[in-house]
Parts: sequence; structure tokens; C-alpha cells
Amino acid sequence: MNIFKLSYRNMTSRPLSTTLSLILLTLGVGMISLLLQVNRHIQQQMENNVRGIDMIVGAKGSPLQLILSAVYHIDAPTGNISLYEAEQLQRNRLVASGIPLSYGDSYKGYRIVGSTHEYPQLYNATVINGRLWQKPFEVAVGAKVAENLELKIGDSFTGAHGLDDGGETHEEHAYKVVGILNYTNSVLDQLILTATESVWEVHHHEDEAEQAVEPEESHEHETHKENHPEDEEHEHEITAMLIQFRSPMGMMQLPRMVNENTNMQAAVPAYEISRLFSLMGVGIDTLSTIALVIMAVSGLSVFISLYSALKDRQYEMALMRSYGSTRWQLVWMVLQEGLLLTLTGFLLGIIVSRIGLWFVSGLMEADYHYSFSGWIWLREEWWLLVTALTIGLLASLLPAISAFHINISKTLADA
Amino acid sequence: MQLCCIYRFHLISLQRKTKEMFKTQSLIFAYNDQTSFRFPDIDLPAGEDLLILGESGIGKTTLLHLMAGLLRPKAGSVELMKTNLNELPAGKLDRFRGRHIGLVFQRPHFVHALSLQENLALVQYLAGKRQDSNKIKEVLNRLGIGHKLSEKPYRLSQGEQQRAAIALAVVNNPQLILADEPTSSLDDKNCARVAALLKEQASATDAQLIIITHDQRLKEQFQYRLEL
Repeated sequence: MNIFKLSYRNMTSRPLSTTLSLILLTLGVGMISLLLQVNRHIQQQMENNVRGIDMIVGAKGSPLQLILSAVYHIDAPTGNISLYEAEQLQRNRLVASGIPLSYGDSYKGYRIVGSTHEYPQLYNATVINGRLWQKPFEVAVGAKVAENLELKIGDSFTGAHGLDDGGETHEEHAYKVVGILNYTNSVLDQLILTATESVWEVHHHEDEAEQAVEPEESHEHETHKENHPEDEEHEHEITAMLIQFRSPMGMMQLPRMVNENTNMQAAVPAYEISRLFSLMGVGIDTLSTIALVIMAVSGLSVFISLYSALKDRQYEMALMRSYGSTRWQLVWMVLQEGLLLTLTGFLLGIIVSRIGLWFVSGLMEADYHYSFSGWIWLREEWWLLVTALTIGLLASLLPAISAFHINISKTLADA
Repeated sequence: MQLCCIYRFHLISLQRKTKEMFKTQSLIFAYNDQTSFRFPDIDLPAGEDLLILGESGIGKTTLLHLMAGLLRPKAGSVELMKTNLNELPAGKLDRFRGRHIGLVFQRPHFVHALSLQENLALVQYLAGKRQDSNKIKEVLNRLGIGHKLSEKPYRLSQGEQQRAAIALAVVNNPQLILADEPTSSLDDKNCARVAALLKEQASATDAQLIIITHDQRLKEQFQYRLEL
């Protein structure tokens, strides 16, 4: 038997008020920790994916939508742009590189993106198995896709039109898996990569199939092509292009130039993402405030619990004093009880937040093919621990002071 | 080596000489300017028990608390084993009380959250003594409640609680046992039994027993009596 054990037994001898305090603490700590974790993961994912991309050009529309679709692949594309126009921009002296992206098809909910080899390079992706595509209809699949769909080298599949599972399939064009990418913890893990030409061909042939009903028009189309071979470039369309600037001057001039003088839209991820975060921030701040209020209430609950117990236990404490306990032992007993309560609540809260994170990760994965990886102890969580313990200390301070000043003789005589 | 032995012998002889000596001298206590108490001196020879009799309201409990060092007197001294309680600093006084004085209160009280055994272990811990479950069992067996070891004290019957309270007082082998009205709520039969039990336990642990009470029924059981 010692003071710590006594504190623990005192805590468990009042199951109702202890449970109430613990529930409140768990809720408060759990909510804050979950918010911190989700926020960190989203921010990390967002920043990870936008690394090395200074500007995105795509069809006119919402800039946020362009970024969500072209960088994160979680929104529908804004439309198509002419490859010719995009390549002209690529030749601008302020542009270091431009990666064309063509998307719009999917396989079992995973997007098929036509691009060049520069795209996997952007995310430092390495091929773990096989090789990158060399000709149309060869695909390299992202690590997560390969894992979830159990795709192997040599497998073939047909893409579906649209981004949702169950769209019309392009039966006549089967893709063949030639490579599997390593994990990059970026959006690449969730994509199926192929040559830009594959996407063109799928849709070109589709056009032909449609045009077969009206053979005359089809004929006209072909002759047109024959007469103007260089026009083929004009006709080719891509969905978006990821641009890297040569110098900060690009940031000053190019977005405005593109938006004013071309049929394309330029969006700057850094700007759009910070706008998105400031929108999300309002919600996060509100939730954090609620969680902090809950923590404060839990502190109050710990205080009430300890204080009312102190009144019940006043005789007990006088008794302990008369059997040799010092004032400080009583103070320590009360403080320990408060700290023990808040520490337990903190640990429960962290466990709850991790369960919540796992749950949110599952939801994100189901809805957006995004998952959180890495269970990291955040520095903010140390602060959360300090806050929780401070609450425990403050809540037990007044009861501890009263315990220190107990008048043994009077308490024993009054009983 | 030899020096060490001599020193030890000297210590033992000193202890023997001062063993179980209790006395108070010109104790005065004042709650405020109007109510103050002056108590007669007590000088209890080793191995003797004492009954202090007095009506309600004349400061019986105050005297008991003074003797136990729970209250500090305005003047005068309380001495146990050649130690003047009033000269000890607060923390040391608490420890001294825990080690050398056992208290039995009018109504038995325990630490609610703990079992009987844990209560006794706590008392051993607070006195800074080794926690000895054999000793606890021995004391409880001696009091006839050995089988209630892991019971919560508030679940015990009235009589068992009274015995348990005595167990708390004697488990640390104190030199002095102070009992405050231990029999006031009991019938004649139980009154005699509790008094006998207290004397028996005191002599079993070689302690001096002082009972403070208004209960005249205890009179004939004590050789030394003090009427307030």
C-alpha cells in the first residue's frame, strides 16, 4: 500500500464521477488529436502532391476544380485543351517543363492517366517490377492500385469511360500491365499510367465507331486528315498540363498571360491550396474550439469530483493524519488522483483519435482512393499532454490545498 | 568493533530506562479568549493503564488530542519516551505519532475505498513501517476478525468495526494507545468486552493504555483513574 495505490483506489471507488470525467477528457483530447492528425495528413498529402508543380493549365472553369482534378485526381476535369496551344506555352522561355495529362477514363474506380515519363519522375517514382510504358496501351500501375486490384505484369484490362466505376467500357482497347510502381505516398499510388497516345486512340476510335453510322462524314474526316497532316497536332487534345517555371518571373507573368490571351485557364496550386485551407480552417477552428471547451468542462468535472470527494473524505484524511500521514502526503494523494484521471483520459483520447484516424482513412480511401500512412506522434500532441496534465493539476490544486489545511482535531471531534 | 558493541549496549539500556514513560505537565489549551482549558498533570509509570473520567464539555477530547499531538497546547508539555511532542516540527510529529501512538476513536472510521487488510497496510505505510501481512493477519486473528481480511470495513457489523478500529490502533505496536469514548454507545455487556479487549491488546503489544470517557461503568476496571 502506498499513496499512489490509494489515489488509484480512491479514483475507482467513485465509478460514476470518474467515468464522467474520463468520458469528457477522452472526447476533448480525442477530438483535438484527431483534428491535428487529419489536418497533418491532408496537408502532407496536398503538399506532397503539389511539389514541383508551379502552375497548371487546363480548360476554363473553376481553378480549384482544375487543381483538384489535375493534381489530386479527386474532381472531374474542367474539359479539354488543345495540345498545340499547350505546347506553345511550353516553349515559352519562362517555362522549364510541362507535363501533359490526359484523363477521363478509369478502371474499377482508379483513374487512367495518359502522360509522358516525366510524370512519374515528378514524384520520384521508381518501377518496382517491370518497366514503364513504351508504346500505347501499355500501362504502369501505381502501388496502391496494384495492391488493391491485385494486378500483375502481363494482366490486361479495359478502361471504362468516365471516372466512376461502371461506365461504358472501351471493349476493343485492352490495356496491358507492363510495370508496377513503388510507393511514393503521393497521388501516383492511386493511378494507372499510360502513354498519352493510348487515351487519344481510345477516343479517336470511339469517334470512328460513332462515325461509322454516317460513313460520308467519316470519309470527309479522313481526307481532311490526309490533306493537312500537320493539323493532326491541332486536333489532339489533352486535359491539363503541369508547368514548372524556370524562374519566379514566371509566376508573375504567365498565369495572367494564359488567362487573358489563350483559351486555357491557368491555376496556381500554392494559391488555390492555401485558399482551400483557409476555407477548411474555419471548420477546423470551430471544432478545435468545441474540443477545447469540452476539455475545460472535463477539468471542471475533475475538480467537482475531487472536491466533493474531499468533503466526504475529510474524516478519512484526518484519520490518516492521526495515523502518521504528513500534510504533504495528503496533498500528493489528491494531486495524484487528479493527474491520474487526466493522464488516463489523455491516453484514452489518443487511442480514440487513432481509431478515428483509421476510420477516416478508410472512408477517404473508399471515397477518394486516398489513405493516410504513417502513425506519427505529433509535436502538438505533447502540448496536448501538457495541457491535459495542467488541467488535472489546476483542478486538483484547490482540493489539495484544502487537504493541506485540514484541521485534524476539529474534523475528528465533529465526526 | 568493540566500541560499536559498547555503544549498542548503551542504547539498549537507555531504551529500557525510558520505555513507555508518559507524562504531561501544566497543559493549557485555548480555543479562544473565552474558552480555555487547564489540565491536571499526568505522570504514568511504565506498564500502567489510565482511565480519565469527565463529563461532556470539559475538554476530554481536547485533552486526548493534546496527548496525541493532534493539537498544540498554549502552554505546557506532553512527553512520550523522553520526547517532547510540542518541540517536534509538524512533519516529524506526524511520523512520531504514527510510530508510537495508536488512536481509537469514539466511532470507528476507515478509508472507504480500501479493504480491511489494505487499511491496516496503509496505517503501517503511513507510520513508515514495513508492510507486513503476517503481522496484519496476526492482529486480526487476535481480535477474532481474521476472516474479514479482504472485506470493506463499512460492510462489517458494528462490533466487528469496533474491533477493526482497535486493530488499526495496535498494528504498529505503539507505546501508547489513546482511546476516546470507546464504549459510550455500547450496552453493558459489550462495554465490558471492549474495555477488556483494549486492555488485553495493550498488554499484548506492551503498550500503555489511556481511555478518556464519561462512562462510569469502566471505573472498576482501572487501577489508575483521573477525574477531570
